[in-house]
Amino acid sequence: MPANFSWIRPEPWGIHVVPADCWIDPAREVPHALVTHGHADHARGGHGQTVATPATLAIMDLRYNTREGAVPVDYGETIRLPGGVDATYLPAGHVLGSAQILLEHAGERVIVTGDYKRRPDPTCPPFQVTPCDVFITEATFGLPVFTHPPIEGEMAKLLARLADHPERCILVGAYALGKAQRVIAELRRAGHHAPIYLHGALERMCRLYEEWGIDLGELRLVSDAKKDEMRGSVVMSPPSALNDRWSRRLPDPITAMASGWMRVRQRARQRGVELPLVISDHADWPELTRTIEEVNPAESWITHGREEALLRWCQLHQRRARALALVGYEDEDD
Amino acid sequence: MEEFAALVDALVYTTSRNAKLQLVADYLRTTPDPDRGWALAALTEGLDFPAVKSSTIRNLLHDRVDPVLWSLSRDFVGDTAETASLLWPGPLTRPGNAPTVSEAVDHLRLMTRANVGVELPRLLDRLDADGRYALLKLATGAMRVGVSARLAKTAFAQAFGVSVDEVEEYWHALQSPYTALFDWAANGAPPPDTGALPLFRPFMLAHPLEDLQVDLADYVAEWKWDGIRVQLAHAGGETRLYSRSGDDITATFPEMADALTIPAVLDGELLVRGSHQGGEANELNQGGAASFNALQQRLGRKSVTAKMLSEYPAFVRLYDVLLLDGEDLRERPWTERRAALEGLLPRLPGDRFDLSAVVTADHFTDLATIRKGTRDEAIEGLMLKRRDSPYVAGRRTGLWYKWKRDPLLVDCVLMYAQRGNGRRSSFYSDYTFGCWDGDPDQGAELLPVGKAYSGFTDEELKRLDRHVRQNTVNRFGPVRETDRSLVFEVAFDSVHASKRHKSGLAMRFPRIHRVRWDKPAHEADRIATLLAMVQD
Repeated sequence: MPANFSWIRPEPWGIHVVPADCWIDPAREVPHALVTHGHADHARGGHGQTVATPATLAIMDLRYNTREGAVPVDYGETIRLPGGVDATYLPAGHVLGSAQILLEHAGERVIVTGDYKRRPDPTCPPFQVTPCDVFITEATFGLPVFTHPPIEGEMAKLLARLADHPERCILVGAYALGKAQRVIAELRRAGHHAPIYLHGALERMCRLYEEWGIDLGELRLVSDAKKDEMRGSVVMSPPSALNDRWSRRLPDPITAMASGWMRVRQRARQRGVELPLVISDHADWPELTRTIEEVNPAESWITHGREEALLRWCQLHQRRARALALVGYEDEDD
Repeated sequence: MEEFAALVDALVYTTSRNAKLQLVADYLRTTPDPDRGWALAALTEGLDFPAVKSSTIRNLLHDRVDPVLWSLSRDFVGDTAETASLLWPGPLTRPGNAPTVSEAVDHLRLMTRANVGVELPRLLDRLDADGRYALLKLATGAMRVGVSARLAKTAFAQAFGVSVDEVEEYWHALQSPYTALFDWAANGAPPPDTGALPLFRPFMLAHPLEDLQVDLADYVAEWKWDGIRVQLAHAGGETRLYSRSGDDITATFPEMADALTIPAVLDGELLVRGSHQGGEANELNQGGAASFNALQQRLGRKSVTAKMLSEYPAFVRLYDVLLLDGEDLRERPWTERRAALEGLLPRLPGDRFDLSAVVTADHFTDLATIRKGTRDEAIEGLMLKRRDSPYVAGRRTGLWYKWKRDPLLVDCVLMYAQRGNGRRSSFYSDYTFGCWDGDPDQGAELLPVGKAYSGFTDEELKRLDRHVRQNTVNRFGPVRETDRSLVFEVAFDSVHASKRHKSGLAMRFPRIHRVRWDKPAHEADRIATLLAMVQD
């Protein structure tokens, strides 16, 4: 007899925790929100109350001035919501502050993963496998063609290209929250200690990461730099600035992009990328399927991404699963 | 195979022509024989292995991956070889015993339908994902890395400091892996023998005349016909038809292969017969030519139906003769070659060949009048050839000039813009423009009539880019829709009826003639104006 779980309801604009009248990552303003992490498609301003990890709240405050109504919960900490629902925040390994939310009610356990990955990331603690009855998982890279290569190889590729072109610079497009800082931290880990230049849109988030104890080495702003000084350097920008007029101030940039989508050649070509770096903060196909096996839930609910293929995989492996149609989750830039 | 895979990937992500040349040249210089020859073959004509087809790959994967997961993946990736390379249940990192290109080719050649299911997996298991992609692309004969055969040959010439025309000349005498070509270019061996084969000889090309005037005592005028420039070569009992780029298009026009049985290499314009003739009729023209639009029905086909052959019969209007009855005439002056050509004509079947007539005029100004008066659909303009010019490959200053007829002009309104490539990658430099479908003051709409990305200066481009950014009303992915405020004076060679476009019209060679910053959009031309210019 499968569990009932009528107290948790997926709606198009978020997951509704009915007894507590709370919403998880709602796409519109609600009185009570539980937020998994700071990306704009999950976190937004304007809620009456926002429950999230302290780092996520700091990120949201930076982006939306959401100090009011902020309720911090540390990893491993449980808070009691109205209606007899307990919520525990567990590391998701996606970006700084990212959490899975474990909900317990009437003896039933539900985990909402938000976005997650299983690879090591120097900027956040690793995903924690936790048993549950219903596992609500993301599926951004839910196709078997997606196997992200080890990040060390991608860093080596970037640094080799940099060494080959000392008169140029490499402009790396990366998501402003998480990806950019992870790439910088990984470059440092790979022994690249030269100054890294930033598009203005990345500055505040990098500073925030540093305040949270993540060492990013010497960072300079492109707007403060002379063209010649940036030759032979790594420059970071949000993906939207890659082909923008902004890049004209750079010394003959080689356009790179750090994203899981770079695995597919035409995707990289469409964006005019010369140096694709297959780096993702989302679980790839082997990670998604391994995680379902390890968590071993009675049921998996699959959201945002390529639900169909993961659903098929569950079916092939005799695992109960359903696809949820949630709006507003897109991750074209990851 | 790793180096070849790296080359393929680098080419996929490189847009600049110079950078592509550099990549291919570096590879050809540093890779041993015969690997580099096979790679060159793969990049130019492609290799053919009868046992390995796209369906072979699909079947291999169906045995290893759930068919639903395969088709979902294939749909997303959009390329069978790439999907297979990613889905192959093999190592993600390099296994360490990767085959060389020639080793892979040797295996692929020996594969049969019966054993491909065992042999191809063995090769794939020895490669990482990028290697598998390169192998499958090479095996199925379609690299699609944005490298034309001409670019690969130019890179070859650049790699070894030889002339690309010589490369072209020897190319067709050889077969992959082109060992003799590398021996000649890289190791100084004597060039390959080209005697008894119907080989392609590089075309002689013309410079635009522009504002120059020439003396008709030194130069002869000919019509420039609006078909496709071709070369017909017959040697050793075989005839081949080549396009301007040196591609063998014999299979597309089999009637021409049958028509030439004399050992010769001829230069001319391929046209199809049509009711409305080009040029003034004279004793040398035995029938009419149709417009380029009609010829287009025959282009790009690998095989032709009997219906096509009878509805659009092809013929060649001859311009020149390069070789005849075993003699190379290319060093001789044009007048002598012309006499040889005129002497040859009676020996050729009249339904397949005629001669491009010489246009006679007493003076250059008379010629200008003749050119101006021509609105014939099959004529692109005039050619001016020095009477003493030898037939030399490429464009040599002062020998041949093309004098195209003046373009047609209409005023169009900018509708959409897209960013360009390479140097222009941050600029909105590709423009779609339209004409009004009625009176704009009575609520008429603009219908797109063409697209252009040339004809303006860098300064103008900057201003146009600014205009697009400041007047965007809508975005569709990379495309910006602008408000209907800017008028372009668009130049084009001709306009044809087309079912592919909403306006029902297609322009040939549209380019921005002038940007009319001054002109209000409602004064731009209407569709009706363009319709009146159609001459199908």
